[in-house]
Amino acid sequence: MNKCTFELSLTEGKVSKAHIQGDWVMGNTVPSFKSVKPQLEKQGCVQLDLKSEQLGRWDSRFVLFLFELDAYCKEQSIVLNMADVPSAAQGLLNQASAFPVRDSGQKILEETSSLAQIGQYTLAFYQQTLVMLTFVGEVCLSSLRLLRGKACFRQRDLWLVMQDCGPGALAIVTLISMLVGLILAFVGAMQLKIFGAQIYVANLVGLGMAREMGAMMTAIIMAGRTGAAFASQLGSMQVNEEIDALETLGISPIDFLVLPRMLALIIMLPLLCLYADLMGILGGLVVSVTLLDISVVEYLIQTKSALDLNDFFAGLIKSSVFGVLVALSGCLSGMQCGRSSSSVGDAATASVVAGIVSIVVADATLTVVYQIIDF
Amino acid sequence: MKQVHIEVKNLTMAYGDFIIQKDLNFSIYKGDIFIVMGGNGCGKSTLLRHLLGLKAPAAGDIYYQDENLWKISEIERKKIMRANGVMYQSGALWSSLTLAENIELPLKEYTDLSNEEIQGLAYFKLALVGLVGFEEYYPAEISGGMKKRAGLARALALDPDILFFDEPSAGLDPLSAKLLDDLIISIQASLGTTIVVVTHDLPSLFAIGTDSVFLDSISKTQIAQGPPKDLLNKCPNPVVQQFLSRGMHE
Repeated sequence: MNKCTFELSLTEGKVSKAHIQGDWVMGNTVPSFKSVKPQLEKQGCVQLDLKSEQLGRWDSRFVLFLFELDAYCKEQSIVLNMADVPSAAQGLLNQASAFPVRDSGQKILEETSSLAQIGQYTLAFYQQTLVMLTFVGEVCLSSLRLLRGKACFRQRDLWLVMQDCGPGALAIVTLISMLVGLILAFVGAMQLKIFGAQIYVANLVGLGMAREMGAMMTAIIMAGRTGAAFASQLGSMQVNEEIDALETLGISPIDFLVLPRMLALIIMLPLLCLYADLMGILGGLVVSVTLLDISVVEYLIQTKSALDLNDFFAGLIKSSVFGVLVALSGCLSGMQCGRSSSSVGDAATASVVAGIVSIVVADATLTVVYQIIDF
Repeated sequence: MKQVHIEVKNLTMAYGDFIIQKDLNFSIYKGDIFIVMGGNGCGKSTLLRHLLGLKAPAAGDIYYQDENLWKISEIERKKIMRANGVMYQSGALWSSLTLAENIELPLKEYTDLSNEEIQGLAYFKLALVGLVGFEEYYPAEISGGMKKRAGLARALALDPDILFFDEPSAGLDPLSAKLLDDLIISIQASLGTTIVVVTHDLPSLFAIGTDSVFLDSISKTQIAQGPPKDLLNKCPNPVVQQFLSRGMHE
């Protein structure tokens, strides 16, 4: 392949000549306009004739070179004579210069001081809180409409979502809660063995699962599984303008989309939580029987004496609250989704993060409240 | 004598047992603007997917010059596919990248140019389609017509031998559609690129087409072939006549 060159020579007067040689194609090293610019500046010509008899094949890079050269010449008011350049390249060049530069409302990427940034974040946080409160308010109003039988709400949707977030999640809930029960039993067994109080593993596992871990683990699973699914479903509906279509028909998207999802989670999460409690106790039982020489009957009797119905209720109330939180964070992120496919991903992420954070905060709050009212 | 660029021989396209089109035979010549036309659901876009190498034919062959697209190795096919530029119906820009990054991505993947050169080329391609000043915008921030033009700039990124357009004028106002037509013609004229356009937009196909094939959804095969203007004037088939003269005889 020929080497690509751009050779400048000064002829009489202030007219320069440039000889262009070689194959200006991908794979070849092509001189950049930047490397030629200093020479041009030095010559200080008023006219530049391009000679390209020895130009071989060329592609966009050649035209790019001309494009930059042309822009420079216009700026320096040098007459650029391109009569010799292949007409196809000239055509492309004209095409590129043909469009007037539209006012794109240039994005302003100003540097902001850190103080201003803090201000912006605070304002954004305030806005976000307002949006969230509005959303919660709308959901409350919508629930009231439902109670009066006036919400536009399809039962079919409710059953479908319930099936998806209830029985559909059984397998993973079984696995996770059994393992959590197992872990609790292991950790407890190590310590209780020192006092010869192995039998109290049953109390530890039973109380731990019923009051705390059952509700929390199912809620976290649902935040990752169902909350993210809600966010991406509603998000892609937002992208497809389906939500706008509902609104123009006068159907409240909250009634139609958010309500069935929230109800489904409020109903199914406590059921799943109860199931998880039992699975966790089963996990503890396995450890106790195999490692601690406690018989199955002993373990079950001990569990029964340790637990009281109130303990289960404590967990169930928590899980209902978590159900609301998971549904709210999933649906809110979905409804707020932007118009592009990447924003659907952002919405799913946001829903999981918001879901898990709110679950843990609510759990802590409820535990303290239970302590105070001695529940 | 014009050189054949793509040749389709006895092509049958099907989804499972459902045949879309059968016995397609036509050649696309180098430097032509070839129109694939036909009514809704006749398989135009499916044909495009076959030509692009995205879907294997149920029967028959597609030749790129002398290479049989579905009889060569995967690597060879990828190589041929890379020399194709495609502008999808809605632009298909990657929404997490800015316009400039959208064009830079193929250049970064398939060339060993310096970053500076790649940025220069991306700027130049955007200038070609009239989008200077929008380099840092995300696809969600620009209008539908601009997305299409940006899609064209991306299709041009690697200086393709063949450019495919899927419904370029769909969703554009008449003026923007005309601008895009002019752009297609001037790119063809200056680069000599072979261009394949799937469309049913009459003004556009008469304005740019130099050759065409007409797919019929009832008989499930091609029923006419030739320059669109000749088809309008000479083709005796009533389906083709109705299609091409919509509104002209009323």
